[in-house]
Amino acid sequence: MREILLSHGGGGKETQKLIKELFLKHFSNPILDKMEDSAVLEINSKIAFTTDSFTVSPLFFKGGDIGKLAIAGTVNDLAVMGAKPLYLSCSFIIEEGFPLKDLEKIVESMAKEAKKSDVQIVTGDTKIVPKGSVDGIFINSSGIGKVIYDGISAQNLEEGDCIVISGTVGDHGACVMAQREGIEMESDIESDCESLWDMVEEVIKHNIKIRAMRDPTRGGLSAVLNEWALSSNVEIEIEEDKIPVKPEVQGLCELLGFEPYSLANEGKIVFCVDNKDVEKLLTVLKNHQKGKDATLIGKVISKGKPIVILKSPYGTGRVMEFPSGELLPRIC
Amino acid sequence: MDKVDFIKDFRDSKRIKALSDIIFKEADRPINIMEICGGHTHTIMKYGLSQILPSFINFVHGPGCPVCVMPKERIDHAISLVQDERNILVVLGDMIRVPGSESSLAKERAKGKNVKVVYSPFDAIKIAKENPQKNVIYFAIGFETTTPMTASVIEFTIKEDIKNLFFHINHVLVPPPIKAIMDSKEANIDAFIGPSHVSVITGAKIYDDIVKSYGTPVVVSGFEPVDVMESVLRIVRQFKEGRREVEIQYSRAVNFNGNVKAQQLIDKYFTTRESFRWRGIGDIPYSGLKLKEEFSYLDAEVIFKDILPSKQIDDHKLCICGDILKGTAKPYDCKVFAKTCSPENPLGACMVSSEGACAAYYKYGKLELTL
Repeated sequence: MREILLSHGGGGKETQKLIKELFLKHFSNPILDKMEDSAVLEINSKIAFTTDSFTVSPLFFKGGDIGKLAIAGTVNDLAVMGAKPLYLSCSFIIEEGFPLKDLEKIVESMAKEAKKSDVQIVTGDTKIVPKGSVDGIFINSSGIGKVIYDGISAQNLEEGDCIVISGTVGDHGACVMAQREGIEMESDIESDCESLWDMVEEVIKHNIKIRAMRDPTRGGLSAVLNEWALSSNVEIEIEEDKIPVKPEVQGLCELLGFEPYSLANEGKIVFCVDNKDVEKLLTVLKNHQKGKDATLIGKVISKGKPIVILKSPYGTGRVMEFPSGELLPRIC
Repeated sequence: MDKVDFIKDFRDSKRIKALSDIIFKEADRPINIMEICGGHTHTIMKYGLSQILPSFINFVHGPGCPVCVMPKERIDHAISLVQDERNILVVLGDMIRVPGSESSLAKERAKGKNVKVVYSPFDAIKIAKENPQKNVIYFAIGFETTTPMTASVIEFTIKEDIKNLFFHINHVLVPPPIKAIMDSKEANIDAFIGPSHVSVITGAKIYDDIVKSYGTPVVVSGFEPVDVMESVLRIVRQFKEGRREVEIQYSRAVNFNGNVKAQQLIDKYFTTRESFRWRGIGDIPYSGLKLKEEFSYLDAEVIFKDILPSKQIDDHKLCICGDILKGTAKPYDCKVFAKTCSPENPLGACMVSSEGACAAYYKYGKLELTL
C-alpha cells in the first residue's frame, strides 16, 4: 500500500487497518485506544474550547508541516485564553492517491508536537475524497483546555497599557510564500511554527496581570492590534522601528511589496499588560527560548477612538491598516 | 568605510530628519512637485514625508502606476481570452484585481477560468511547456521597467520555438503621459521627481525634453525616504539658484544613457502604437507599445482578434482620477473616495493598485483625515 485509496474511507477493513497501523500507532492513549464513538472526558473546571481547520501549500515547509501546524495552532489558541491544553480532536480530509508516506510523516509530526505540550489526541475522523476534491490533505483540530488564568479579553485594554510581541514577525507567512512561489533567496526563511503553552505557563506562574493575549496568525500583528483597538475602543501607538523583523523576512517583503506586520505568524504571541508589569513580562519572556526576542513595541495612548498608529522615529505617523484582500505582489 | 546597507541607511531617521531641517531652512517658495511613479507616491505616504516638509511643498501624484492606468477595454480583452478553456492567461501580481467593464480576472479565476498569477514573466515559458495542448497568453504590462523582461521572454520563445505561447502587449511609456498632462491647460506642476526603475533602463536622457519644453526641473530619485527627501532638496535648490535641469539623485543605479542592451532588446521586438487609452487620462498618441508586425504570429491581439471586444469604455462619471493626475485635485476632494470607491471595490484608476494615489491615501492617509 503506497497511496491512500477511496476504500480507506469506506468504513470497512481498509479503514480499520489505516486507523490501527497509522493513527493509533502514533496517537495511542487510553481514551483514544478505546475506539468508542465519543471520547469521554472528566474535567472539573472552567474549560476553553476551540476549533481550527488547516490547509497550507506547500504541505511541508522549512520549520514545519501541516501536521505540526494543526497541533501548534490549536494548542496556541487555547494557550492565549490562559487555558492549559488537555485534549485534541483531529479530523483528516484526504485526497484519493495521497502518498501514504507523506501521511505518515504528517501524523508522526503531529504526535511529536502534541507531546511537547502534553496534550492527548482523543478522537478523530478520516474521510477520503475523490481526486481533485481537496488539495492533498486538510486537517481540522479542535481542542479543550483547562482555564488556569481567567479574564483575558480583547475588550480589556486601558490607557497606559503596554504592547509586547514575543519575537520576530512575519516568519511563517514569508516562509510559506517564498516556498510556494519558488522564490530562491540566499538564506532560507524558516517558519516559526511551534506550540507556545510552555511560554504562556511561565508568564502565568510569575503572576503577571495579562489584559489581552493573542497569537497573530493570519492577518499578522496588524489584524490583532486593530481587533483590540476596536474591541476596547482605544488608540494604540506602535513604534515602527521597534517591531522585530528578521532581515530575510524584510528582504522578501521588499521584493514583493508586503509589510511584515501583515504576514502570518505561527509561533508568536502579542501581549497587552499593565505598564507596571511590563518589565517583569519582558524578563520572563527573554529568559524563555521561545521569547528571547520579545520586545515592547507600543502603548495604548487613549480611550474613545479605535485606531492603530505607527510612529516613525523622525516624528511622522500613519495608520496601521487592517489587512484586506488577497496578498498580491506589486508589479514594479 | 562601512558597507552601505541599502535598506537601513536609506531609511535612517537621523538622515531623514536632517534633510527635513535643511529643506525648512532653504525652501522659500511654493513648489508643486509631481512624483511620476507610484512607487514614490507609496514612499511619500508610507513614511509620512509631507508631515516633515513645509506645507507649501505639495506633492502631485502622477500616472506612473501601470496597473492603475490600464483601461477597462484591455481588462475586457484578458477576460474574453479566458472564456475559452483552451486558453491560459498568465499575469503579474495585482493586475487580477483591476475591474474591467463587468468583471475582473480575480472573479474569473474564482469561476474556474485559467488565470495564473506569476512573479516572473519567465514563468510563462514554464506554463507553456507544461501545457502543450493549451494556448498560453502572457498579459504583459508595465512601463519601460518591465518591457525588457517581456522582450527577453519573446526572444526565448522564438529561440526555443515554443508554439503555444502568445503575448498580449500593454506596455506603456513614461514621457508621453507627462507631456499630455503638461499640455492640458489646468496642469499645475513646477517640478518632477523622476521614476527610479524606469530610469535604470531608459537612462535620465528621456527627461531632457521635459525640462526644455516646460522649464520644470526633473530629479531622478531612489525609492527610499532618504532618496525622496534629498530629491526634494535638490528641486528646492534648483529653484533657488535659478537652474532648470535633469539631475540624478539615484546615482547608485541610474546614469544618463541607461541600459543600452535592454533598450536594444525593446527596439528589436516593439514599436509604438499610434494611440493608447489611459484610464484617468484618455487617449495619448504614441504612448504605448505593440509587437512589430514581423512578430504578429506571437501577438495575441492578432491571433485572437475574433474574440476580442473593440468597444471603448469611458471612466466612471464620479471618478476624478484625471484631475488628481493633473494636480488640480487631491483624493480627498473626490466624492466617492473611501465611500463607494475603495481598494476592495475600486471605481477609478488611482484606487486600483497599492501604488495608486487614492489607494495610498486610503491605506496610509487616514491619520491626516482624523487629525
